[in-house]
Amino acid sequence: MIDLLVIPLIKIVIVLTGVLITVMYMVLLERKVQAWVQVRLGPMRVGPHGVLQPIADVLKLFVKEDITPVRADKVVFTLAPIIVLVPAIIAFAVIPFGDQVSIFGKPVPLHIADLNVGLLYIVAVASIGVYGIILGGWSSNSKYPLLGGLRASAQLISYEVAVTLTFVSVILASGSLSMVDIVTAQKANGVWFAFVQPLALFIYFVGALAETNRSPFDLPEAEQELVAGFHTEYSGMRFALFFLAEYANMIVVSAVATTLFFGGWLRPFPSVAFLHFLDVVPTWIWFVVKTFLVLYLFLWIRATLPRYRYDQLMRLGWKVLIPLAIANIIVTAAVKVALSD
Amino acid sequence: MEPDVARPMFDTDELVINMGPQHPATHGVLRVVLKLDGEKVVDADVVIGYLHRGVEKLSENRDWTQIVLLTDRLDYVASAAANLAYVETVEKLLSLEVPRRARYIRTILAELQRLASHLVWLGSHAMDIGAVTVFLYCLRERELILDLFEEYCGARLTYNSMRIGGLPQDLPPNWDKKVLQFCDIQLEKLVEYETLLTHNRIWLERTKGIGVISAADAIAVGLCGPPLRGSGVVRDVRKDEPYAAYAEMEFDVPVGTNGDTYDRYLVRLEEIRQSVRIIRQALGGLPEGPVMAKVPRLIKPPAGETYHANESPKGEIGYFIASDGKSTSPYRLRVRPPSFCNLQALPQLVRGHLVADVIALIGTIDIVLGEVDR
Repeated sequence: MIDLLVIPLIKIVIVLTGVLITVMYMVLLERKVQAWVQVRLGPMRVGPHGVLQPIADVLKLFVKEDITPVRADKVVFTLAPIIVLVPAIIAFAVIPFGDQVSIFGKPVPLHIADLNVGLLYIVAVASIGVYGIILGGWSSNSKYPLLGGLRASAQLISYEVAVTLTFVSVILASGSLSMVDIVTAQKANGVWFAFVQPLALFIYFVGALAETNRSPFDLPEAEQELVAGFHTEYSGMRFALFFLAEYANMIVVSAVATTLFFGGWLRPFPSVAFLHFLDVVPTWIWFVVKTFLVLYLFLWIRATLPRYRYDQLMRLGWKVLIPLAIANIIVTAAVKVALSD
Repeated sequence: MEPDVARPMFDTDELVINMGPQHPATHGVLRVVLKLDGEKVVDADVVIGYLHRGVEKLSENRDWTQIVLLTDRLDYVASAAANLAYVETVEKLLSLEVPRRARYIRTILAELQRLASHLVWLGSHAMDIGAVTVFLYCLRERELILDLFEEYCGARLTYNSMRIGGLPQDLPPNWDKKVLQFCDIQLEKLVEYETLLTHNRIWLERTKGIGVISAADAIAVGLCGPPLRGSGVVRDVRKDEPYAAYAEMEFDVPVGTNGDTYDRYLVRLEEIRQSVRIIRQALGGLPEGPVMAKVPRLIKPPAGETYHANESPKGEIGYFIASDGKSTSPYRLRVRPPSFCNLQALPQLVRGHLVADVIALIGTIDIVLGEVDR
């Protein structure tokens, strides 16, 4: 009973609140990092150095009027932000935040579920989100959201292919689809997959930028072109759901990158013996630190690069990343076969 | 069953979309009606007039000195340039000799203004293409120019910094040193913008080959200023019909070769360097003397008409003024605004490009709607 229900429920509550709070503070962090790059201060008014800004933002969005355009398809219009947000959050179910810990003598693994097809689950769940974006753009019954929705669907689908292909090469290297097994394989290997599969990491990262609609691939919501893209007609809390989903997705892809390529909860150089003193740090802290470093890259890139154009983006996806990913799979498979002989 | 041959296979209606006036990239007061085939622009129609204030008609009821204030509000990003062109036109009408020191200071002010205007252009152009950081870096340096202007004439945007016959006042003490300091900072920071953009692959892909206009077409459509020079036409009023102290300055007129957005970008960046060069020369050779000629209190130019043009940051700004010789205000004042002439090229530039390029192209011709609508 305790093992089956209580512990998972507690874990779910902790992860859910953790994710939502992280999302809120990601927004602040993004604004702060942008500001520092751009020689500004960023939010400074709410609390010392603006640390309470996320709370003010959420309160504001809660009390804002929630407008549904007269000519919008009301049911779909309401459903769309939910379809975007829910997959982004349930993807956290299979992410291993740390190694097994024992609480009151009871071994507790630091993940909600260890599916034997965890990676497949992530791919499946992540691809649901795009429906929300298309439906949101379509149901607004307005021109700019429609264009934004179309762009988003084309972009997400084409980059998902490249990202999924990089997963294949990681699976080849680890021999498992389970997220926990992928981390333990990196421990057994003695080296992170970032060094075994650098090309896959690169393709994954570029694809992840595109999949989360982040600069330089933030075309679906390019404000200078399409006003606000697919969520132009959204306001209040429904807009906030899209916003939360974008950041939740960023955290998901960063967490997946950490798990697949940066050794998940493992300390740096897991096989080097004289670094054993690093084991004092709890494993989940390593995970959080690595995830935030990846997230920081997202923010850094946004502050640096201009935006791609729609056709250039598609060309990059189909003509560069996907062939590279396929070549990477073939090379990985060949090396694996050669080594096993 | 016979296939219905008259019906096309797909619904191929063009989508008509209003870009502006309520659109984040059209400066609030420009409307472009786009006809789209997918994301491709089939045709574009520019609708203007949202910022029309009737400056030309107003001028007929103001006296000659008051009109300087109106010219501030034309190109509000470069009001000193608009001031200068107007007062020089009136001086031409009056056949007035302006003291040499005043002409030098005018040159310095006009070039500082060019820097400020180009910085705003570079920032907003880069921001339209998605590089937000460049915008804030540019405004950081523009802030210094605004400070310099504030010290000189008290205003930060609408300067009213010229008078018919000279200047309202001499330079404040130590101002020249501050300007020279600023010149050093500007050249240093220019490298920073270039690091972010000039060799950036995404920037190159977004600007190279976009909105190409040949030299002949550019002349035919009446382009002026940097967009014209970007197409390779060597035409700069400062060189061709020198005014203020430009005849005594040494500077190059940068021109592009391909006439695309990237060339126009390079031309403007080089103009920033040349402006700094002119400012340094003018400050180095600043003559002593008065800054105001002897001008009667009530200005009444003799009957006649004249046209005089300057090179404003946006292009050739000209004033046609007719005086009837009796009244204390012009009989007719007509502004030739460079932004208006350049905006005419927009439909030609955007045809066949994508929606995203429209934004880049509105940016590349550097319009200020205050000047377009007057």
